[in-house]
Amino acid sequence: MHRIDCPWCGTRDEAEFQYQGDATVVRPDPDASEEAFFRYVYLRENPKGWHTEWWHHVGGCRQWVKVVRNTLTHEIFATGRAQEDLPLPGTRAKPRRRTRPKQ
Amino acid sequence: MSGSNRLSKGGSRIDRTRPLRFRFDGRSFSGFAGDTLASALLANGVTLMGRSFKYHRPRGCLTAGSEEPNAIVEMRSGARREPNTRATIAELYDGLEATSQNRFPSLKFDIQSLNQLLSPFLTAGFYYKTFMWPASFWEPVYEKIIRRSAGLGRAATEPDPDTYEHANTHCDVLVVGAGPAGLAAALSAGRTGARVLLVEEQAAAGGMLSPDRDMIDGKRSADWVEQSQAELNALDNVTIMMRTTLFGYYDHNVLAALERVNDHVAEPPAHQPRQRLWTIRASEVVLACGSHERALTFDNNDKPGVMLSGAVRAFVERYGVTPGKRVVICTNNDDGYNTAEALINAGIEVALIADARTDLCIAAQSARETGIRVETGLLPQKALGGQNVSGLSLQRADGSFSEKVDCDCIAMSAGFSPDVHLVSQTGVAPVWRENVLGFVPDKPIRRERSAGAGQGTFDLAGCLAEGHAAGLDAVSSAGLKTGRAKAPPKAKAVEIAPPLAIWRCPGNGKAFVDFQNDVTARDIHLANQEGFSSVEHAKRYTTLGMATDQGKTSNVTGIALLATARGEPIPDVGTTRFRPPYSPVAIGAFAGHERGKEFQPVRRTAMHACGEKLGAVFVEAGQWLRPQYYPKSGEGVMEAIYRESKQVRETAGICDVSTLGKIEIFGDDSGEFLNRIYINGWKLLAPGKARYGLMLREDGYVFDDGTTSRLADDHYLMTTTTANAARVLAHMEHASQVLWPDLDVHFCSATEQWCGVAVAGPNARAILAKAFADAIDVSDEALPFMGVRTFEWSGTTARIFRISFSGELAFEVNVPWSAGEGMWNAIWEAGQDHGLIPYGTEALSVLRIEKGHVAGNELDGRTTAADMGLGKMMSTKKPFIGQKLAGREGMVAKDRAKLVGLKLTEDSGRLRGGAHLVIDKDNANAETSLGWVTSVCDSPAIGCWIGLAYLRGGLEEHDGKRLFAVNPIYDEAPAVEVVSPHFFDPQGERLKGPVR
Ligand SMILES: [Zn+2]
Repeated sequence: MHRIDCPWCGTRDEAEFQYQGDATVVRPDPDASEEAFFRYVYLRENPKGWHTEWWHHVGGCRQWVKVVRNTLTHEIFATGRAQEDLPLPGTRAKPRRRTRPKQ
Repeated sequence: MSGSNRLSKGGSRIDRTRPLRFRFDGRSFSGFAGDTLASALLANGVTLMGRSFKYHRPRGCLTAGSEEPNAIVEMRSGARREPNTRATIAELYDGLEATSQNRFPSLKFDIQSLNQLLSPFLTAGFYYKTFMWPASFWEPVYEKIIRRSAGLGRAATEPDPDTYEHANTHCDVLVVGAGPAGLAAALSAGRTGARVLLVEEQAAAGGMLSPDRDMIDGKRSADWVEQSQAELNALDNVTIMMRTTLFGYYDHNVLAALERVNDHVAEPPAHQPRQRLWTIRASEVVLACGSHERALTFDNNDKPGVMLSGAVRAFVERYGVTPGKRVVICTNNDDGYNTAEALINAGIEVALIADARTDLCIAAQSARETGIRVETGLLPQKALGGQNVSGLSLQRADGSFSEKVDCDCIAMSAGFSPDVHLVSQTGVAPVWRENVLGFVPDKPIRRERSAGAGQGTFDLAGCLAEGHAAGLDAVSSAGLKTGRAKAPPKAKAVEIAPPLAIWRCPGNGKAFVDFQNDVTARDIHLANQEGFSSVEHAKRYTTLGMATDQGKTSNVTGIALLATARGEPIPDVGTTRFRPPYSPVAIGAFAGHERGKEFQPVRRTAMHACGEKLGAVFVEAGQWLRPQYYPKSGEGVMEAIYRESKQVRETAGICDVSTLGKIEIFGDDSGEFLNRIYINGWKLLAPGKARYGLMLREDGYVFDDGTTSRLADDHYLMTTTTANAARVLAHMEHASQVLWPDLDVHFCSATEQWCGVAVAGPNARAILAKAFADAIDVSDEALPFMGVRTFEWSGTTARIFRISFSGELAFEVNVPWSAGEGMWNAIWEAGQDHGLIPYGTEALSVLRIEKGHVAGNELDGRTTAADMGLGKMMSTKKPFIGQKLAGREGMVAKDRAKLVGLKLTEDSGRLRGGAHLVIDKDNANAETSLGWVTSVCDSPAIGCWIGLAYLRGGLEEHDGKRLFAVNPIYDEAPAVEVVSPHFFDPQGERLKGPVR
């Protein structure tokens, strides 16, 4: 079971969260093409390794939490609020908050 | 034979002052407190404890611990009957009942042991090869044969009378295993003040320590163990959990353990659980899991009386029981000499130590000095005897015969495999270590470290030092201070000579690798020959390591034999990955209290008692209980529903609608927000008004519907369907937090805060006017159609909505949950002069079908707004979620299935949901189907069975046509007429205008 560090509630069990998929896709402007919306809704990378994801804290503060997680080892590198840009490990920028050492 | 093998003294775990009686296969025996079932049976001279899985060969116990593959029995009886209990860990209690399993008719004489004669056909992959063809034989013939011969033991068929608990705990340092390494780790970590949890599978600490012969800090190890436990118990920050198996190591250092709280007594005392399932969240973990001894692979190595060397020693030293009177020890490592010393100390004859190695090690020299016969370069060839061992023939490494020795017990050792199950569960692939002849943990992925035999350190001094260091390392890794540590516990340094790899002693007979699944050395060879040479394939083809013991004694030998067959080194073959659980866990423990009526909560509305009083029959709607209908005495289901639906349109009815999802929305941008998530416009909705709304998913399909009311400029109340309440809230949270964080909008679920009733029918207004006299004016002028008012009534805030699901003049009234019963009663009383009746979900459904309103059956996630006839609701003046993709080619195609109404045109029979619509009922199949029926009812207002359906081409193509509603399950195909779904009052005069 994952332990996820919610920026509002602190470290909580995975059971309190609902996985909501890829957090890297961005909803197109309303006047963007049908093709753009098609990509937004249907097309996903399926990375082996680091991935930025949504975990909805439904059993807690009900915030959509952004999580940088390794899909292979399940290691979590950083968590943040919905509007935060979280860097991936190995990039130069440092995560602004709630970076955890390896678990 | 009773007591014949009990030694006159010794046995660190038994209490000779407390004799206990027990029964095995109907015979009575006695043992002592502290015995396991296996040690007590051995003490009574019973060596035959089970039959093997495939060949039904007689088997005794191979081990003295949880890795036992052979001696698995059925314990207890009746509802507590429990199969597959390992006799080697089942603690004896007075009155214990056990029976052997996998035998017919009796353990001594078993018919299926004839399988042995068929054994040339029962080799690896037997099931795959034999039961392949013909396919028609699978279910009727093969499955029965397999089911009869497969499976070990029988589960109880009655409900389990015991309870099981779930519990959680947190710690800084979790130490797994209370052997010397684990105790040293718990001591060094515990002394720092860190929160330490020590879990031990057995009832006693000490692991493989010899109570009298091993010395720690100058004391008998038994005394050191006792003092260490006492010190740990005295520390407030340390918890010791005995009889607790750590069986799962999951992500992020979440671990699971099973505490056998009351397995060692006949019945749990009152208010105590049988077992407790622990979820442990540990900052750091020390794995001190020890190792498992391996069997030598020689012919007949499964005969009762052939045991692992360490097990023989454990029976003698822990339980004061000798498995034999004259023992031969066959070993490839130094530990065999330990067993010899223990036997000699207990006065048991050691006929011979056959050491496979050619060099005389230090241990061998000292054994010879005490007068024991030691021969080097000798391997066992074949165990001799009938059901029990009576001798052993020995051979040299080249297979040449050496000698025969009479004995009644063979203690064998092919070395020790570090127990890497838990570390393997974390995803670490163990690595081969030649000097250990075993796999050891690789670099950790999780926050853990190993100590002692679990990582191939077999000398006591080394185990203690590693445990001590691991405990301190765990504390500092957890970010805590270690302070100045005491010196580690000390033991005499012993030089251990390396073991010799012996994977198959030469021979042509049956030499077992996996005892529980009857996998022989030849099976592994065969698997490789037939192309199953990858370790994961060979495992599945031969079933090596797949039984309840998870191959604890057999995996490494199996892998080594596969490597030999492949002609490759062992590291190239690798290991299979171990998965939880480490040892079997009863389903009851996983279920815990969540069974029967505690399986999930039952949600009752505030008006539940009111419905009950009126004789409601309740239906489950998710977790909710809702009144389904209110039968009068002697009335059938259909009659009650018919009566209720009819009566509502004639006088009035009251219905509990509390379960509808309710979401309160606040903020200046609430209107804009609604505009973006609903397909229709919301900007012009005035305070005090409600509107029907439909929302799509981003992919363009219909998501949910409901009415939303504007209570104030910046305050709305949304309703959702009961089923989608949670999903809609999550959808809105995504929209506001992720998509449009700039909008000033906030919301929360209010489903449980506000309860509600619908009052519908021509008399609804008169009833409410009376119930809420002086509190609210419900006249058409004051509260027109789609009007909403908030008012004070009886000391509480109430909300009234002039909305209608039934098509009648109708109102919904909401009050805080606590006032629900009072509101129902007030309305009920006021309605007595106006023909008010209660109606349930069934009549509610009839009324909405008559009106052609869509509900759950029609909102199936595959329909567009246009399919439902609501395409015109889609605004073109504003963007909304799902807008773009709702316009894709397939979503607007002409031949999509669209909502229509159906009327049964036959005088008898009925309509059924799920039926398919066809033109020719004699040619009904998936290709000729034009659509499907979603909702049906026997309609009082229309006077026949009617239904809603999705029909390809919709009304445009089929209006007035005659089709057939085919239902192959009931073998029915009634004729129906396609009509508009708005069966009743299509202009809506009843609900809008004042009823005169
Ligand atoms: Zn939270």
